[in-house]
Amino acid sequence: MALTALDIYKKLPQTNCGKCGFPTCLAFAMQLANKKASIDDCPDVSDEAKELLESSAAPPIRLVKVGTGDNEIEMGDEVVLFRHEKTFYHPVAFALMVDDDSPDIESKVQPVEEMRFERVGQELKLDMIAIRSKSDDPAKFSSAVFTVKEKTSAPLMLISQNPAVIEEALKVCGSDRPIIHAATKDNYEKMAELAKSSDCPLAVLGDAGLEELAELSKKVKEAGVEDIVLDIGMKPLGKMLQELTLIRRFAIKKLFRPLGYPIIMFTQGEGLSEGLEVALGTMKYASIVVMKETDRSFVYPLLTLRQNIYTDPQKPIQVQPGIYDLNGPDETSPVMITTNFSLTYFTVAGDIETSRVPSYLLVADAEGLSVMTAFAADKFTADTCAELIESCGIDEKVNHKKIIIPGQVARMSGKLNENSGWEVLVGPRDSSGLPKYLREYSGQ
Amino acid sequence: MPLELPKEKWTGKIGEVVIGALESEGGTRTSKVVLGGATSLPFLSFEGEYPNEPPIGMEIFDVVREDYPEVARKPFEDVIDDPGKWAKKCVEEHGADMICIRLIGTNPEEENRSVEDAEQTIRELKEAVGVPLLVYGSGDEEKDAKVLEMASNVLAGERCLLGLAEEDAYKSISVASMANDHGIVAFSNLDINLAKQMNILLTDFGVKLENIIMDPLQAGLGYGLEYSYSVIERIRLAAFMGDKILQVPILCGTARVWNAREAFKEDASLGEAGSRAILWEATTALSALMAGADALLMRHPDAVACVRESIKGLTGGGEQ
Ligand code: B12
Ligand code: SF4
Repeated sequence: MALTALDIYKKLPQTNCGKCGFPTCLAFAMQLANKKASIDDCPDVSDEAKELLESSAAPPIRLVKVGTGDNEIEMGDEVVLFRHEKTFYHPVAFALMVDDDSPDIESKVQPVEEMRFERVGQELKLDMIAIRSKSDDPAKFSSAVFTVKEKTSAPLMLISQNPAVIEEALKVCGSDRPIIHAATKDNYEKMAELAKSSDCPLAVLGDAGLEELAELSKKVKEAGVEDIVLDIGMKPLGKMLQELTLIRRFAIKKLFRPLGYPIIMFTQGEGLSEGLEVALGTMKYASIVVMKETDRSFVYPLLTLRQNIYTDPQKPIQVQPGIYDLNGPDETSPVMITTNFSLTYFTVAGDIETSRVPSYLLVADAEGLSVMTAFAADKFTADTCAELIESCGIDEKVNHKKIIIPGQVARMSGKLNENSGWEVLVGPRDSSGLPKYLREYSGQ
Repeated sequence: MPLELPKEKWTGKIGEVVIGALESEGGTRTSKVVLGGATSLPFLSFEGEYPNEPPIGMEIFDVVREDYPEVARKPFEDVIDDPGKWAKKCVEEHGADMICIRLIGTNPEEENRSVEDAEQTIRELKEAVGVPLLVYGSGDEEKDAKVLEMASNVLAGERCLLGLAEEDAYKSISVASMANDHGIVAFSNLDINLAKQMNILLTDFGVKLENIIMDPLQAGLGYGLEYSYSVIERIRLAAFMGDKILQVPILCGTARVWNAREAFKEDASLGEAGSRAILWEATTALSALMAGADALLMRHPDAVACVRESIKGLTGGGEQ
């Protein structure tokens, strides 16, 4: 629970000296509670009070950074349980699991480096590589880490409960801020030391329940490690969901610090079951999901789910309104119109590109709504379309006055013709019909 | 020191709606399903009841059009022109808990199948399978009035669900459902207020709340899933916080996945179309469950199988 002004007041010197710029300690405490002042402004505050206040001001889930430079991944720092309450900020990282004794490590990790999807204007990809020491041999593990590091720049996770194995691997990649996985109740002292000296995040593994996990994370923190990631271990799916949910609630509703960290989850199943585990983790509070499968048909739907869940509910993904040139148009090229919802724009633009017919696509500002939704909400109407045609300057680019509208809004054609003076042609309902339609159009 | 778990103490409970009537109850069904009954968010048995595993119904059509996606067609290639056989295959080979037939072919602007033809289809379906049935019209208000009245009578005593009741078309379907004590599916599109309004309209008209199932529109993955996810969560939370009129089970379908080309189009850069589409549908279904759906309607057998497996894993959740 966040501290109240009264809680804070109790910790202040209570001398009302005014050096903080406020007349009384209570006035200052009220400002602090509202996060409108900084504790540093009171010169006489005790160290103990300062620490308490600083820690209560920390976010409920610590922001942990993995990797460095362009590939750095931020995780944690979420503030709600349900996305409609605000938004989810830091998309779950998808990590690929490889074993150090795998004969073809290089080709296994290739997808992380090479597989890229473009979806509604965003680049989607796998984010991390988790290397697991099956050999339990420090030399073998660090050579695997070396191989992976040569091959990709993705952030790493080092998986072994043997501190000697981790220590050796850190010599290869310790400055890249990999996650060390994992500290357990048996090895945490040594692991915490390694994490501290290399300044790397440390995962704590407590599969015997949240109590043990919280104990362990506390001990690791006391040993001086700040960047912690929680692992509840392998559990049946239902148990997994429950513990993931409880951890999130502990952190956000109770500000319970020992569980206020990002969570890591490993898949256990294969094929579709594995896919649904990833989906579950994506929706319900994992910050990293470690998976095995890299087939495109597997990864793409899951990346799409992540994109959906982590879209800000207040802001649909949009493109800039205006004129878009597709396939190198000239003054005779057809002119079409659609809305600025990213999904709509990229679907339509993709279909026009497939047609190879040089075209102009006018994109109307419909507040990021799809054609049908915007039409129903009066944001994509004969009036707004006419206004766009007039103001965007398309009449200077083409020598005709014909505009193709989406088939689903055929109803606006008469009025649009009246308002704009342009001849209105009704295109197909689904833009997948555009290649055929445009080829016929330009053949005319 | 033992941790005190942050449990929610909800006051609301989702009503239970039974679909299907056994012989002893005046029907001919050999199984029935119970939707709803939850007092906790999905699968969180540590803080409440989640008594009924969400059933998975499978969707079939009276008419399958040419543009029906190949991936969804393939598992049923041999039976797809015969709704009875199609349904039988869904139940016997793929364990469907319910069958939903969409009588799209009755639409006057499309195939315009007659009410008599539709009746024949319904009779065959009733004979073919013993699971509970859902019958949806084509969305043409006038025709649906006749088609659903017919379905209500032919299936009298079977305790089915008729759908879809919409804001501007709910009266005749309500009459049809009340006539023979069937349930009704109230559709609203991604709008919690409309979902509520639908239940109010229906109950004002005389439909009992215990006979209503809500369909708040499950958008497909990549096509508005995030809206559905949050709308359903909000509906469910409002119900738990005491909004009686929303304490109604939610039914979600994955139908829209099969309109989203991205899910099943041939495009090597997105991986093999079949497995992509199946995971696409399964993911959409799981998101519905996580948000609060009490029952699912699905199409592809492989997606059904893995979602069912996930449900088993989730309900075997274990104690805290
Ligand atoms: C997600 C969604 C929403 C989201 C908005 C998402 C967004 N950013 O747009 C939310 C929840 C906010 C929403 C709200 C509403 N929605 Co809405 N929504 C949908 C849903 C599920 C998907 C829309 C979508 O993303 N489609 C995908 C995009 C790519 O489609 P598109 O833009 O239409 O583009 C396609 C075609 O139009 C065509 N095309 C597009 N441009 C062009 C250009 C040319 C030249 C050509 C030829 C073709 C072409 O090709 C594209 C690809 O197929 C649809 C149902 C459905 N499955 O379609 C309902 C739907 C569009 N919504 C509908 C309604 C009524 C509404 C609301 C008015 C009511 C309500 N109860 O909420 C509100 C209004 C919004 C407001 N006031 O803020 C109705 C529209 C009914 C109608 N016929 O007018 C629909 C069809 C649902 C239904 N069956 O009732 N909605
Ligand atoms: S400076 Fe410190 S002691 Fe002085 S009034 Fe402000 S809070 Fe109180």
